Amino acid sequence: MANLSKSSRRARSRGDVVLRSLVATAAIGIVALLLVLGAELVNNSGLSLTTYGLGFLTGTVWDPVHLVFGALPFIYGTLLTSGLALLIGLPISLGVAIFLSEKARNRRGMGSLLGALVELLAAVPSVIYGLWGLFFLVPVMKNYVEPPLHSYMGFLPIFGTTPIGTDFLTAGVILAIMIIPTVTAVSRDILNAVPNSQREAMYSLGATDWEVTRKAVLPYARSGIFGATILGLGRAVGETMAVTMVIGNAPSISASLLSEGYTLTSLIVNQFNETTSSLYASAMVEIGLILFALALAINFFARVLVWRMTRGARFRI
Amino acid sequence: MGYQTQEGDEVSARPAAEYSAKIETRGLKASFGSNMVLKGIDLRIPANRITAVMGPSGCGKTTFIRCLNRLHELTPGASVEGVALLDGEDIYGKDVDPVSVRRRIGMVFQKPNPFPTMSILDNAVAGLTLNGVKDKRTLRQAAERSLRGAYLWDEVRDKLGNSGASLSGGQQQRLCIARALAVEPEVLLMDEPCSALDPTATAKIEELITTLKNEYTIVLVTHNMQQASRVADYTAFFYLGKLIEFDETARLFENPRQELTERYITGKFG
Amino acid sequence: MTTYRLRKGGSTWRRYVDRIMTGLILLAVAIAVIPLILIVGDVAYQGIPAINLGFLTSLPTPPGTPGGGIANAIVGSALMVGLATLIAVPIGVGAGIYFSEWPESRLSLVSSFTNDVLAEFPTITLGIFVYIIIVAPTRTFSALAGAAALAIVMVPIIARTTEESLKIVPVSLREASMALGIPRWKTVLKVVISTGRAGLATGILLSVARAAGETAPLILTALYSNYIPKSLLQPTGSIPYLIYYYGSSPFTDWITTAWGAALLLVAFMLVLNLSVKLLIGRKFAGVRAEI
Repeated sequence: MANLSKSSRRARSRGDVVLRSLVATAAIGIVALLLVLGAELVNNSGLSLTTYGLGFLTGTVWDPVHLVFGALPFIYGTLLTSGLALLIGLPISLGVAIFLSEKARNRRGMGSLLGALVELLAAVPSVIYGLWGLFFLVPVMKNYVEPPLHSYMGFLPIFGTTPIGTDFLTAGVILAIMIIPTVTAVSRDILNAVPNSQREAMYSLGATDWEVTRKAVLPYARSGIFGATILGLGRAVGETMAVTMVIGNAPSISASLLSEGYTLTSLIVNQFNETTSSLYASAMVEIGLILFALALAINFFARVLVWRMTRGARFRI
Repeated sequence: MGYQTQEGDEVSARPAAEYSAKIETRGLKASFGSNMVLKGIDLRIPANRITAVMGPSGCGKTTFIRCLNRLHELTPGASVEGVALLDGEDIYGKDVDPVSVRRRIGMVFQKPNPFPTMSILDNAVAGLTLNGVKDKRTLRQAAERSLRGAYLWDEVRDKLGNSGASLSGGQQQRLCIARALAVEPEVLLMDEPCSALDPTATAKIEELITTLKNEYTIVLVTHNMQQASRVADYTAFFYLGKLIEFDETARLFENPRQELTERYITGKFG
Repeated sequence: MTTYRLRKGGSTWRRYVDRIMTGLILLAVAIAVIPLILIVGDVAYQGIPAINLGFLTSLPTPPGTPGGGIANAIVGSALMVGLATLIAVPIGVGAGIYFSEWPESRLSLVSSFTNDVLAEFPTITLGIFVYIIIVAPTRTFSALAGAAALAIVMVPIIARTTEESLKIVPVSLREASMALGIPRWKTVLKVVISTGRAGLATGILLSVARAAGETAPLILTALYSNYIPKSLLQPTGSIPYLIYYYGSSPFTDWITTAWGAALLLVAFMLVLNLSVKLLIGRKFAGVRAEI
C-alpha cells in the first residue's frame, strides 16, 4: 500500500514538474527575448557607438554620403510630435474617460456603444491611419487649419513657416487620434476603480457632479491617470507608419510646428534597408537602440504606475 | 392614535408625546430597477433628537436614509417615489437642486471614507472649500471647531498636514464626522457608523453622537439593538421594506406593540 | 409658513462651472468619435470601387495597366500571420498558464512585467532585431523573418488574455478537481481546455487582428514581392505593406488599389473584433484595453 501511494505521488509530481518546466520555459523565453533584443541592438550598433560616442545624440547633421551621423533632429521630431499628441490627446481622452465612468453610469447602452467605438478605433492598423492622414488630414491641415494659424499667429515662432501640410503639427494630430483610444481605455478602467464611497463622500457634502469628479475622483486616480498618460506617450514615441506618411521626412530642428520633420521611427522605415556601409548600418541600429531605450524607460515607468493602481499594492499617497 | 398603511393594517407608529418633525416622509418608496426595497414609508423624524433606524439586513434602512439626502438616485437604475419633506419643503420637488439638499443634510458612511489625497485639515474643511471659502485663517478656525466637535482635535492638532488616510479607523470615522459637521448641516444621517470599528472607537463615537443632538437632528442606522437603546431617543423598526413600529426608544424596547418588533428585539430572528 | 430654501438659486457660479464642464466632456466625446467616422467612412468610400473578384485573385500590374489585384499580398499575409500564430500560441499560452498558476513566483512577476512592456514596445525595434538574427544571416528578406517578427508582436497579447481567462475560472472548480485526486497538471490542462477555451480563442483572434495590420516590422523583415511566394526564404508581400507602398506612390490606380486593400483589412479587423465580442460577451471588455 505504502509503495503504491508513494509511486503514484511520484508519478503525479513528475507530470506537474513537466508542466511547470514547460510553461516556465515560455515565461523565461519572454524575459530572454527582451534581454537578447537589447543585447543585439547594443552589439550591432557597436561601430557607431565607438565612432561617434555621445556626439551621436547631440549631432544635428545626418549625411550618409559623408558618414556624418547626428541623431538630434530625429530625437527632436519624436519628442515634439509625441508631446503634441499628448497635449491634444490627453484632454480629449480624459473627457471621454470621465464621460464613460461618471456620466454614462445611468446610461449603460450609450456607454457601451461608445466604449465599443473607442475599442474599434484602437484596432484600426497604423498604416490605415497613415493612408487616411495622407489623403484626408494633410490636405485639410494644409488648406483649412494651418493657413489661419500662420496668418493670424505667425508672429509666434511655432507658426512661423509657410504651411505645407506634411509637418510636425499634422503628425502630432494623427498621433493624438491614435493614442486617444489607449489613454481613454486605461483611464476609464482607473476611474472605474475609484471606490464609490469617495464619490458619495463628496456628494454628501453638497458637491456638484463636476466637483465630485474634480475633487474626489481625479485626485484619487491621479497616479493611475499619470500612468495612462505615460503609456500614451510610449505609443506615440513608437508609432511608425502613420507618422512616416505625414511628417514630410526631412530632418530639421525647427521651432515651427508647420515645418517638415523626421522621427526616429520614420528614419528607420526610410533608410534601414538603404544602408551602403557598415558604419551607416551600425548608425541605423543605434537609432533603434535610442528608440529601445526611450520606449523601455517610458513603459517601465508607466507600468509601475498603472500596476500600483489597478493590480499591485493598494493605492497609497 | 395609529394610522393606516397602504395595506390597511394598523401600525402603532406614533409616539405618545407630541413633537415637531424635522423630516417627514409620506409613502416613500425606493427601488433598484424592478426590485422595490422601500415599500411606502410614513415617518416623522423629530427635530434635535436622535432617531435610530434598525432592522435586519436587507430591511431597507440604509436605502431609507440615502433617500433623505438624494444619494439613492445616484445608483444606476435606482428610483424614488413618494414625498420627503425637510422643514415642510419637498426634497424631491421639481425645482429642487439635490446639491442644496445635501448641503443641509450631512452624512456619515458605514466605512470611514476620508479623501486619501487630502491632509487632515483639508478633509475637515472639504465642504467649505466647495463653497468657495479660501481664506486660510477662516478654514483653519473652521477645521478646529469641527475637529473639536468630533472630539478629534487633541489627537490630530500636531499633524494636521498628514494624510487623512494615516489615521486609525476610529479616528478616520471621527474625521468624517468632523467633515460633515464643518458645513453646519441641520440633519446628520449616520449609516452604521460604528460597524467597521472596534469597541473602544465605538464607545467614543456613541458618546460623540449623544452630544451632537442639541444642535443637529440625527438619524442613525444600526443593526445593533444595544446601540439603538444606548443612544437613540426614538427608534424605528424596519422589516422587509416597511416601517413596522416607531416609538420612543425605551417604550419600543420595553413594550413593543407589534409582535414582529417583539420577536426581533427578543432575538427570535434577524 | 414654509420658506423655500431648497430651490435653485445661490451658488450659481458653481452650477455654471458644472454645466460648462459637462459641455466640455460631451465635446471631447464628439471630437473622439469624429475621426473614427471619417476614417471608416473614407476607407469604405474610396475602397469599394476598387474591390471585385479579380482584385482578390490576380497579381498586381504595373501602373497604368488595368485589372491588377492583390493576391500576392493576401497570400503573403495569410502565410506570415499563420506561421506567426503557430510560433506564438505555444509560447503565449505557456507563459499565460505560468502567470496564472504561479503568480507569486519571482519569475512570474518579472516575466509578466516584461510581457506588459513588450506588448507596448515599438514594433519597428522588433523588426531591427529580427533583421539582425534572421535576415542578415540568411542574406534575404523572407516570410520566415516576417513571421518571426509578427510572432513577437502576438506573444504578449496571447499570454495576457490566457492569464486573464484562467484567473476568472472559479477556485472551487479547480479545488473540486484537485480533491478528486486529479494531479495538478491534468487539472490545469482541463481547466485551460474546457473553461478557459473562450479566453484562449479571444487571445488568438486579438493577436491575429493585431499582427495582420502590422506594417513597420515587415518592412525590415519580409519586404515585398509582386509574386506569390514559393518558399519561406524569399521576400514576401503583405496587405499592410502594399497599402503603405502603393498609397505613397504617385500613381492614381495604385492609390485606388491601396484603398481597396485598406477596406479589406478594416473589414477583417471588424469581423475579428465582432467575433471576439460574440465569443466572450462583455467578460473581457477590460482586457482589450491592456493590449
